[in-house]
Amino acid sequence: MTHVTSLRCKECSREYPVGAFNVCEFCFGPLEVRYDLDAIKAAVSRESIAAGPNSLWRYAEFLPADHNPDVDINAGFTPLIRSKGLADKLGLEELWIKNDSVNPSYSFKDRVVAVASAKALELGFDTLACASTGNLACAVAAHAARGNMKAYVFIPSDLEAGKVLGAAIYGPTMIAIDGTYDDVNRLCSELADTYPWAFVNINIRPFYADGSKTLGFEVAEQLGWRAPAHVVAPSASGAMFTKIYQGFNEFAYTGLIGKVETKMHCVQARGCSPIATAYEEGRLIIRPVRANTIAKSLGIGNPADGYYALKVIEASGGSAVIAEEHEVAEGIKLLAEADGIFTEGAGGVAVAGLRRLVARGTIKPDEPTVLYITGNGLKTTEVVADVVHPIHIEATVAAFQDAIGARA
Amino acid sequence: MSVTVRIPGPLRKISNGADKVEVEGSDLAALVAALEEQFPGMKERLVDENGELRYFVNLYLNNEDIRFLDGLKTPLSPGDEVSIVPAVAGG
Repeated sequence: MTHVTSLRCKECSREYPVGAFNVCEFCFGPLEVRYDLDAIKAAVSRESIAAGPNSLWRYAEFLPADHNPDVDINAGFTPLIRSKGLADKLGLEELWIKNDSVNPSYSFKDRVVAVASAKALELGFDTLACASTGNLACAVAAHAARGNMKAYVFIPSDLEAGKVLGAAIYGPTMIAIDGTYDDVNRLCSELADTYPWAFVNINIRPFYADGSKTLGFEVAEQLGWRAPAHVVAPSASGAMFTKIYQGFNEFAYTGLIGKVETKMHCVQARGCSPIATAYEEGRLIIRPVRANTIAKSLGIGNPADGYYALKVIEASGGSAVIAEEHEVAEGIKLLAEADGIFTEGAGGVAVAGLRRLVARGTIKPDEPTVLYITGNGLKTTEVVADVVHPIHIEATVAAFQDAIGARA
Repeated sequence: MSVTVRIPGPLRKISNGADKVEVEGSDLAALVAALEEQFPGMKERLVDENGELRYFVNLYLNNEDIRFLDGLKTPLSPGDEVSIVPAVAGG
């Protein structure tokens, strides 16, 4: 049983019963899921969570849907790795990498879709749909396949081949749109009013978004029941960023961890940085941009949760930082070479942002810091194709010695 | 000169259930005024007390976000299509 009490508008606080809608009828503000946190507090302990499944469902008490094995592909509970190489390079004493690129469909989107798909079945839907920059399409298609649901995934037509294939393999109906993600999202918003489908990031978005709280829960548990001093995370819509912070705070409220003093740092790429630009200019109002970044998974020019991401930055004493486009591939290569983790463009952006935050003295060497790596490099090989230059030889010892040199 | 306006689910109680309506207007601000005349209560959902488009409302003229055009001052032509879309989606 969940501990959901209602949906509530984040702006005007009007309450709504639980159902498939995401927008307040009165002010168009976003609806969010409300929980009875005191009931959760009474129901959970560190021990009860630790005894749960090795997936995000170990935090089921905090989620808006019940675990449904029929649609579960074991999202979450990904490794938190203590960095050695990158930490040394940056002079950090305690840098952790949340490697969420090893989820079932290879991005953090499995978390949100795990929750959304379970909720969709509960609400009686037989079809999942989404507007996606790629990773979400993969997660929706995979969960739909597992749940024997139909899937319609809408993507911009210029996505990386690995993301298109990584979604197509599960057999969804794929609709490619000539336009940006924001065009795709606008179309899907209109379709969601017409088609009786669970558009995971539209009409069931409040439930979907809460899947990302588990990125906060897991890191806190894996750090030994504490929140870090700093979080560095890439942002597109800003939803994940805000939910990580909500996760820490719900853990604190329920007594699982102490007071949260985490500074939240959001990173965007130069070619699509509406949140970070607003931060730099001291605005809470997002000015939409036309996305044009190599980190395509971050290419949301009109971020739905941008305003709330800025509020989280403000409340936590964090910041936002922009990675230059050329730093994206550099960041991917740096993380791979330094710590053995191969991430996609968004991860490269995050690494570049971390470097800048250390360089500007925002993150001090002794402060525990968590870098969120949310997607897998094998989906965006185009970005780093220049690393491939094998030493090509015949299968003879002589040829090898010619190429590499004889052993002393 | 008539313009087609697509009405999103949350506003259909005001539009008496219609998902598409025809209104007249020389620019988007006039269109909002015309909508209000036809469906009282519509205007306050779309624009704030200063007459600015509300933060959580997106307006599209022929599929282009009006924030990339001339906002509510953007002129309209006969046959144009305007979509009202709640902003809180995606990601």
